Amino acid sequence: MGDDKVVKVALIGNPNTGKTSLFNQLTGLKQKVGNYPGITVEKKQGICKLNDTSKAEITDLPGTYSINPTSLDETLVLDTLLNSTSESFPDVVVVVVEIENIKRNLLLFTQLKDLNIPTILVINMIDQMNRKGINIDVNQLEESLHTKIVLASARKKIGIQELKTAILSYKNLDTTPVSNITDRIDKEYFTHLKKAFPEFPLYKSWLLITQNTEFDFLDANQKALVLKFREDLGCIKKYQHKETILRYQIINEVLKDSFIVDKSKASDLRGVLDRVLTHKIFGYVIFALILLFIFQGIFDWATYPMDLIDESFASLSSWLETVLPPGTFTSLIAEGIIPGIGGVVIFIPQIAILFTFISILEETGYMSRVVFLMDKIMRKFGMSGKSVIPLISGTACAIPAIMASRNIGNWKERLITILVIPFTTCSARLPVYAILIALIIPNQKVLGILNLQGLTMMALYLLGFTAAIFSAVLLNNVLKIEKKTLFVIEMPNYKIPSIKNIFYEVVEKTKAFIFGAGKIILAISIILWFLASNGPSTFKNAEQFITSKDENKNLSESALQKKVAAYKLENSYIGYMGKTIEPVIKPMGYDWKIGIAVISSFAAREVFVGALATIYNVDSDSENSGSIKKRMAAEINPDTGKKRFDFPTGVSLLLFYAFAMQCIGTLAIVKRETNSWKWPILQLVGMGILAYITATLAFNIFS
Amino acid sequence: MFKTIANLQIGEKAFIEKLCLDNIPLKLLEMGCLPGIEVQLIQRAPMHDPLYIKVNGSHLAIRKETAEKISVVK
Repeated sequence: MGDDKVVKVALIGNPNTGKTSLFNQLTGLKQKVGNYPGITVEKKQGICKLNDTSKAEITDLPGTYSINPTSLDETLVLDTLLNSTSESFPDVVVVVVEIENIKRNLLLFTQLKDLNIPTILVINMIDQMNRKGINIDVNQLEESLHTKIVLASARKKIGIQELKTAILSYKNLDTTPVSNITDRIDKEYFTHLKKAFPEFPLYKSWLLITQNTEFDFLDANQKALVLKFREDLGCIKKYQHKETILRYQIINEVLKDSFIVDKSKASDLRGVLDRVLTHKIFGYVIFALILLFIFQGIFDWATYPMDLIDESFASLSSWLETVLPPGTFTSLIAEGIIPGIGGVVIFIPQIAILFTFISILEETGYMSRVVFLMDKIMRKFGMSGKSVIPLISGTACAIPAIMASRNIGNWKERLITILVIPFTTCSARLPVYAILIALIIPNQKVLGILNLQGLTMMALYLLGFTAAIFSAVLLNNVLKIEKKTLFVIEMPNYKIPSIKNIFYEVVEKTKAFIFGAGKIILAISIILWFLASNGPSTFKNAEQFITSKDENKNLSESALQKKVAAYKLENSYIGYMGKTIEPVIKPMGYDWKIGIAVISSFAAREVFVGALATIYNVDSDSENSGSIKKRMAAEINPDTGKKRFDFPTGVSLLLFYAFAMQCIGTLAIVKRETNSWKWPILQLVGMGILAYITATLAFNIFS
Repeated sequence: MFKTIANLQIGEKAFIEKLCLDNIPLKLLEMGCLPGIEVQLIQRAPMHDPLYIKVNGSHLAIRKETAEKISVVK
């Protein structure tokens, strides 16, 4: 008995069938998200306890309508199911279908059955059966589909135990196909195909020759055979169409007696909601109000936890400095690592709030209506209705936003979306904007209610979106890619969102940010600390040099320390770097200290604030531990004798940070998603030039 | 001139007559748009594109350019 063996289960189904709910019910918190080797598609896996002795490893495969892939995510489903020698090949496949769309959902099921893999069919959302007037004859359906059927409602925890029992006895499952479809397409052709690949199930051979990808698990001989079959593309296309039509016929025959719908019971809530939500006026008004509400959440509610995080990490740093013995180690912890971690944690509230909203909108089915409403408008800018969600996600972080663009089928529309996403104001820009706005814009009300600082922040968001739209129009005219791809989206029924699903989604997205972008931010913080606290020989002899100077003989101990620290920073490695680029950044109004912050934020924008904190921390004496804002406000420009962060410099910095492509994480993800260095380099250079020109112009106009 | 899904009135039902198979992606068939099947136009997006249809029990949105390639009969 293989009772101690872990059963490998693959969860497959169309989008909107409640597959994720089922996955969450089966695995609970025992989930992990990794990446498939070489690609960025997330691999969601979890462990499920089947009984006292057995466990199952459940893989939640991306939702797909058919085994014939049209996107990267869907290709993965095919790869997993064809490579029978691989580690991750499932012992049993659980196909999830939804009661209301069972006909279309079964298409994928009949395809999977043809691969002779043990299969369990879960009919989900059975709690809606009576309300929708549906009646199922399970025994008859099991017989005609040659499968084990589990009736379930993942949200109401119905059928979970039954599914576990079914998984346990997966070895007894019937693996015969639903119908001998290949004979009905063209018997002669498929006999020929069978002879070419006697070692594979026939339907697997068919999939191998119909897909336009190379399968690594085939040997050279098999690959050559596949290519030979692919030569007759017209025939393959014809048979694929025929296959689909036949499958629907088979499904209709099967469902005719065992699945009965009493249409008089159907309600028209969907119709009413659709008419309002996609109305030519109300539709947009509602969408605008929802967006406003989301932004309110990101800017207003998120500030409370963010302030708390900011203060906690600052006090932790100063506490550690008093408790630990002074030295390099303490300095590394209190000035390098702790502020570095703080710089990552501070984004969690905004990212969590944004993804809570987005997943609520997706769970309810509203997002498809947004795609429907926005498609025509977005197409004018060379994008798709499906670009709206990535662009909104971009206001939290460009990295998940770029990954969310994957379901845009048309390559040109997808590429443009990816290229313009970094213009949207991501949460990494917020701390930079917040501190600069606080320094240069007076905190006063205009027209009685509107706060001037808040208005500036809103203007910067609009600036980001405008830049995204303009560059999209430009790219649409410049890029010469013409590839017709079908745009088809499902308009799912409206659902009440499941809190559990939203919770898991938010946890997953937040984790992805922390371990993706977070690692880079932390690493840069530590490198910065090192560069600021080390330097060539002039740095090492700073103390001696300053104390030996005659003019410093009469200074007090603390004043002397301050001078040493300032001299040290100037002569540290980072000080040299800042001074080297000073001539280049001078036209924008920046000195070498701001230069240091700009250099360091080429890794990620938010490092700007952290870098300034490090610079001014090193630069100030330790008793004066006021906030970074106060220190920046007090900084004087020695050339003019005025404030360092005056209006022209502030505006110039705001524009620079609005436009410049300063995020290594984003560049890396663009490279992976477009499979080329060409596009991230275009972003880096194009956005950099725009940032430099606008910042220089602004500085000179306002000076 | 044939009548296509793009010519339907809102709420109007018709049967898909034929699909120009060379132009119609497999995916559309897989989503349930098959010859002989009843299709209903539910709604047009503002600016008359995309179209929201019900076919074979599925609710889908397709662009006008695709709808124009699917001819229908009453």
